[in-house]
Amino acid sequence: MSAPSQRRLIFAHIDEPGYTNDLACYLKHGGYEVMKKAFTRPPAELMDEVKKSGLRGRGGAGFPCGVKWSLVDRKSGKPIYLIVNADESEPGTFKDRYIIHQDPHQLIEGTIISCFANNVKQAYIYIRGEMPHGARILEKAIAEARAANLVGKNILGSAYSCEIYVHRGAGAYICGEETGLIESLEGKRANPRIKPPYFPAVLGLYQCPTIVNNVETLCHVKHIVDMGGEAYTKIGTPNNTGTRIFCVSGHVQRPGYYEFEAGKITMGQLLNEVCGGPLPGRTFKAVIPGGSSAKILRFGERFMGKRKVGADMVDYDWGVEDVPMDFDSLAMIGTMGGSGGVIVMDDSVNMVEALANINAFYSHESCGQCTPCREGSLWMKKITTRMVHGEAREADAALLKGVADQIPGRTICAFGEACSWPTQSFIAKFGDEFKNYHQDKKAAKPADALPLI
Amino acid sequence: MNLKPATLAQIDEVITHYPVKRSATLPLLHLIQEDAGWISKEAIEWIAQKLELQPINVYEVVTFYPMFRQKPIGRRHIKVCRTLSCALTGGYKTCEAFQKEFGCHTGEVSADGEVTIDFVECLASCGTGPVVMIDDDLHEKVDAAKAKALSDQIRKEALKK
Ligand SMILES: Cc1cc2nc3c(=O)[nH]c(=O)nc-3n(C[C@H](O)[C@H](O)[C@H](O)COP(=O)(O)O)c2cc1C
Ligand code: SF4
Ligand code: FES
Repeated sequence: MSAPSQRRLIFAHIDEPGYTNDLACYLKHGGYEVMKKAFTRPPAELMDEVKKSGLRGRGGAGFPCGVKWSLVDRKSGKPIYLIVNADESEPGTFKDRYIIHQDPHQLIEGTIISCFANNVKQAYIYIRGEMPHGARILEKAIAEARAANLVGKNILGSAYSCEIYVHRGAGAYICGEETGLIESLEGKRANPRIKPPYFPAVLGLYQCPTIVNNVETLCHVKHIVDMGGEAYTKIGTPNNTGTRIFCVSGHVQRPGYYEFEAGKITMGQLLNEVCGGPLPGRTFKAVIPGGSSAKILRFGERFMGKRKVGADMVDYDWGVEDVPMDFDSLAMIGTMGGSGGVIVMDDSVNMVEALANINAFYSHESCGQCTPCREGSLWMKKITTRMVHGEAREADAALLKGVADQIPGRTICAFGEACSWPTQSFIAKFGDEFKNYHQDKKAAKPADALPLI
Repeated sequence: MNLKPATLAQIDEVITHYPVKRSATLPLLHLIQEDAGWISKEAIEWIAQKLELQPINVYEVVTFYPMFRQKPIGRRHIKVCRTLSCALTGGYKTCEAFQKEFGCHTGEVSADGEVTIDFVECLASCGTGPVVMIDDDLHEKVDAAKAKALSDQIRKEALKK
């Protein structure tokens, strides 16, 4: 079966010749019309459209957006804040970058609509520090929108006012975690908060109810309000509605970003047809399907079970290539769709070395509050780095697993899971490679082998 | 603190973005680092006073976030991405190439004071690896040859100054 064609909803204008990131161009393409239409409807109706749409968050967890909005404490009398999570820090993910740089007004329109629906008067865009141009582009776009009375006081005479400010991070991955982000926005170290009681929907920014949504999620809101929640569910598959942007990196012929209806394309179609398959003379060995913390898949393994198709339960027997790219299918085979970052490794890669690279990342980025995460991520890095650069032992695989297994469920935030899943899954899928590494590493390396740690 | 008038104006403006002054800690650190090149002890105390905080409240932020530096760096800042997707396409070799070009290790200032090279984590451009940021600008698919070309350009621009 050949791959479906791309369905560009969010990326409709990305890389389009002549499309610029200024207000005039956006208006020429029908910009802010959806917002104007939204202002004529009661906010509750807009929230209902989003709920009906089934939209799931694109930041990583895939939490239903409408449900998130319905959890917001609206009785406290405190102001409600909305934060746009533009931290884009999960390795392998590079989609928000293009929205911010090439189509910032799409994000601003989606943000104002979401604010209007939730009675928010103040929004912040938290953008990672390493995107200085992105921050300037957003600031310029907001200023343009403000000058045209599309943001700010009494927007287009509607009596509704909403301000947006851009806030820059400074190079810490943990600022992507929503409560770490909130601490950072309050001017502190980005130490995530414990839940309960600090659910953002109740006790978020300045202890006020707060909505945190990913950049892409808020862009989807604009399209949902435009076409209606019901119509949006026709895109994609049940429970995995809308489109998904896949960011493919690593060992394929054509890495890049591709937007498809969720669940309508398989991993094999994406990698072999859309991305052109493996590099010359290589074969695929492994793939991480949803950002670097998602559990790795090994080409050649098979997944079997029963799944729901319509009202029936049907058997499935999938290889990695057969898995439909949606949240539920990827969860069924023990990994996740996460942020859409697909990292591909071919047969030139040694799995111990790849894991050492990932472990160095998590060790560097742990905020350090929880002992299992701080010490565990450090030791997983130390062990894998020693295996590569020092002495490797047969017992290292078991040692690594022992460390990794003590982290998840014992930490303040999901970073604990994020840092242990790579080690757990690499060892489960490539255990022999870890056990034999002390032997195998003595063999001569090909001259073109790339160091990973 | 000897800050440019434009920086001072931006500082006063950005504080108005937040209902709580402390929120302006990161923005002020960015503005001062852009103006002065790094964050001195004096800067930390100045920010603390400006935002009605204790110096420790600012200091702990400076030490937490990798982008804030407590000593001067080279005139140009080269950041090479170290993380997996870039490493799979040659990031470690790219980093090595820059170190050879300028005769210094990561984290050091080159002898001529021109550059500091850092090996940093994912820059969210993994599809075009290996990626490198030179000051504010992102460079994509930087193999050894492109690293050489970028280094030559840095040296050429240094001569012009
Ligand atoms: C360690 C960690 C890092 C995260 N990084 C990001 C990120 O860079 N961008 C993002 O949008 N969400 C990130 N998230 C998810 C956020 O906490 C949050 O769930 C998300 O922004 C909610 O938006 P959504 O519902 O629209 O997906 C991260 C979560 C964790 C645990
Ligand atoms: S799990 Fe790790 S990153 Fe999260 S709060 Fe604990 S120490 Fe910090
Ligand atoms: S891994 Fe280098 S930019 Fe993401």
